[in-house]
Amino acid sequence: MKTPVTFTLNGSEAAAFADPGQNLLDLLRRGLGDLSPKYGCGQGTCGTCTVLIDGEPHLSCLVLAEAAQDRRIETAGGLADGPDLHPLQTAFVEGFAAQCGYCTPGMLLAAKALLDRNPTPTRDEVIEAISGNLCRCTGYEPIIEAILTASRAPNRAPNRAPGRTNGRAG
Amino acid sequence: MLEVVVTENLIDAAAAMSPQARFLGGGTLVMRQVNYGDQRFHRIVRCRERLDGVRVEGGRCVIGSGVTMAAIMAARELAFLAPAARAVGGPAVRNMATVGGNLMAPHPYGDLAVALLALDGQVSMADDTVMPLDQYLATRHGLVRSVSIRRPAGDEFRFRKVSRVKPKGVSVMSMAAHLGRNSGRLSDVSVAYGAMADTPVRVTAVERALEGASLDLAGITPALNVATEGLSPPDDALASSWYRREVAPVHLRRLLIGEDRR
Repeated sequence: MKTPVTFTLNGSEAAAFADPGQNLLDLLRRGLGDLSPKYGCGQGTCGTCTVLIDGEPHLSCLVLAEAAQDRRIETAGGLADGPDLHPLQTAFVEGFAAQCGYCTPGMLLAAKALLDRNPTPTRDEVIEAISGNLCRCTGYEPIIEAILTASRAPNRAPNRAPGRTNGRAG
Repeated sequence: MLEVVVTENLIDAAAAMSPQARFLGGGTLVMRQVNYGDQRFHRIVRCRERLDGVRVEGGRCVIGSGVTMAAIMAARELAFLAPAARAVGGPAVRNMATVGGNLMAPHPYGDLAVALLALDGQVSMADDTVMPLDQYLATRHGLVRSVSIRRPAGDEFRFRKVSRVKPKGVSVMSMAAHLGRNSGRLSDVSVAYGAMADTPVRVTAVERALEGASLDLAGITPALNVATEGLSPPDDALASSWYRREVAPVHLRRLLIGEDRR
C-alpha cells in the first residue's frame, strides 16, 4: 500500500506517494523528477545521494521515504537561483572540481551544510565535512580548494532561503 | 512484499517484531538491506516515541537508543564519548546513525558499542528490564530503549580506532578502556575491543593484568602479553586474523599509555 508523503523540497511544497520500503532518493528522482541526487552505492558509503534534511546532510538512499514527512529537504537541484549558480557551484566550475560530476551533488550539499554552519572553515574542517563523500576522478584537492574559495566569495549568502527546484541542476 | 508498521511507542514496536521484521532507527543498517533486496525480512517497524534523550543520573549517563552520533558529539555531558561517535562514518552518516543501531551493527562496524562496553554499559529494554551490554550483544535480541554508562573522570576513558583509510575507514580494530585509579594504581579497569570477534567484546585477561598495575610501559607489559588471549579475531577483506593478533598489543599499548592519542 502506498503512503502519502508531503514535505518541503527546495522551498516548495512537494507531495508524492511512497511505496513500502522506498527510499527518499528514489522518491525524489522517480516520484518528483528531481534528478540531482544520484544513486551510487546504496549503502551509505559514497555520499552522492546526499541531501539536506532540516539543514543537515543525510544520505537519501538510506532514508525511508515516508520518514521525510513534514521535513525540509534541499537538493543540489535547488542551489542555483534561475541562471545564477550558487557560489559553491561557481567555485566548482571555475576550479575544475568536477570531472565526471557524479559525486558533485553530494559534495555541494555537504559543503553547503558546512558553510551554512561555519562560514569560514579551515582546510581541516572542509576535509572533515566531505569525508563521507567519495570522488574517483579529480581527487579531492580541487574540491577542497573550491569549497575554500566559495567560503571567501564576497557575494556568498550563508543560510539563504532555498530557491525553487528545477529538478535538473547539479 | 515489504510492509511498514508504525507504532506509537517502543512497547508496541517490540510486539510487532518477529524474526522476519527489522526495527528502523536511523536507517543506516536496515535501509541498505532493503536497497539490496534482502529477503530475510518482510516487515519494517518504526516507532513515533522519541528515544533521543540524554540525562545524567549520579555517576552515570543514560543515552536514548535514538540518539545519533552527531547528537553525542554535540552533547556537553557526553564530551568524553565524542571521539568514539566521531569515528563512525562521515557527517551524513553521523546525522542518521543511532546508538541503538550501533549495538546491532555487524562486524567490523559498531565502534561506539566498543566504547559503551568499556564504560560498563547497561541496556534498558523496551519493557524497562535491564541487562549488561555484553549480555545483550551476545544475542542482540529485543529493542533497546536506552543505554546507561558510567561517567569517567579526567583521562580515565580512552578510545582508539585503527583503520587503513584516512580520515574515514572501516575498523581494522577499535579499542576502548576505562582506567580507574586508586592510590596511583589502576583500579576498576575495563577494556573492550571491536572487530576482534563477531561482536564487541570485553577483554577480561587484559583487565585482570591491569588491575593494580602502574600506568607505564613496565606496568602494562603483562597486559600486552595477553592482549588477544581467548580471542579468535576474524579474517576479512581489511585484515587477517593473524594480522589482528599481531598488531593488537601495539595498539593496546598506544591506547593505554596515550601514545598517538586520537
